[in-house]
Amino acid sequence: MKAAVITFPGSNCDDDVVYTLREFAKFDVTTLWHQERPALGEFQLVVVPGGFSYGDYLRSGAVAALSPVMEKVKEYAGNGGLVLGICNGFQILCEARLLPGALAKNESSKFQCKDVYLKVEDTNTPWTNQMKPGEVVQYPIAHGDGRYVCEIDSKSLADVDGVLLTYCDAKGKNLPEANPNGSQLAIAGISNKARNVFGLMPHPERATDLRSQHGKKLWNSLLSHLNAKGGNA
Amino acid sequence: MKARVTIFYKEGVFDPQGNTVAESLRRLGFKTVQSARVGKVVDIELDSQHEKDTKAAVDKMCEKLLANPVIESFKTEIIGGA
Repeated sequence: MKAAVITFPGSNCDDDVVYTLREFAKFDVTTLWHQERPALGEFQLVVVPGGFSYGDYLRSGAVAALSPVMEKVKEYAGNGGLVLGICNGFQILCEARLLPGALAKNESSKFQCKDVYLKVEDTNTPWTNQMKPGEVVQYPIAHGDGRYVCEIDSKSLADVDGVLLTYCDAKGKNLPEANPNGSQLAIAGISNKARNVFGLMPHPERATDLRSQHGKKLWNSLLSHLNAKGGNA
Repeated sequence: MKARVTIFYKEGVFDPQGNTVAESLRRLGFKTVQSARVGKVVDIELDSQHEKDTKAAVDKMCEKLLANPVIESFKTEIIGGA
C-alpha cells in the first residue's frame, strides 16, 4: 500500500511519520514537497505531519493551508481519500476547512510537551476500528497552539460530529486537569462527516516504538480498513 | 493606499496572552488594570486609489487568510492615501 507524507518548510515530524509508516505499517512511502501538485490517486493514505510549517507565521497552519500541494490534498479528500493530520497537520487541515473548528493558543500560554491520556469516543472509523469504545490510549503531545475550538457553542460531545479522541485521565475521565490545552469539550482529535479526514494534536507516530505502543492501534485500524476495502474491491 | 488590519481572538475565546499581560501589569503596580487583549496588526500597502475598493479588497484578504472566523474577529481601516 502506498502513502504520501507532505513536507512543508518547517515540518519536523515528517521523518518520524515516514519511519513509522515504513517500518511498522509497511507502507510504500513517498514524500511530497509543499510546492508540488502531484496526482494523489495512487495513494491509499496522505499524511500531513507535525512541525512549524512556514514558521507558523500569522496563525499555525494558515499559510500551509494555501500551499500548492494542499489543493491536491483537498481534491483527494473530496474524492474520499484518507487524510491524516497530526499536530501542525491538524492545524493545517482545520485552516484548509477540511476539518471543522480551529486551534487556538493553549489556555496555559505554555508549550506543552508530555504524554497524555486519550479516550476513544468512536470506533466506527478507519482510524479507530481496532480500539474499544471508551478505551484509554497514551500518546505524547508537543504543541503551543492546541486548544481546539468548535464552530458551534456546544455544551456536550453529543452536539459535535466526528469527535474520535478526547483528553482524559488514566481512568478515562475527562477532568479539566487532564486537558493539557483547554480544548473545548476536551477534544483531542476530530474527523469530518465522511470520516476520511482525521486530525489530532497528539502524536501516534511517537507512540509506535520504544516508549509507548499505543500508536500501533491507530495504524492497525487504518490497515484493517484498507485491507477490508481492498478485499471488497 | 495603506490599510491596517487589527485581529483579536473574538469575544468568548479566551486570550491567554492578554491574560498574562494583564497579570504582569497588575504585578508591576498598575492596580487599575481590569483586562488586556493581545492581537495582531498587519499594515498593507496597495496600489489602489479608491477607499471603498481598498477596504473591500482588504476585507476579502481577512476572510481568505488574515483572520480565522472560528476564533478571530478583525477590523480594517484606511490609514494612508494614495
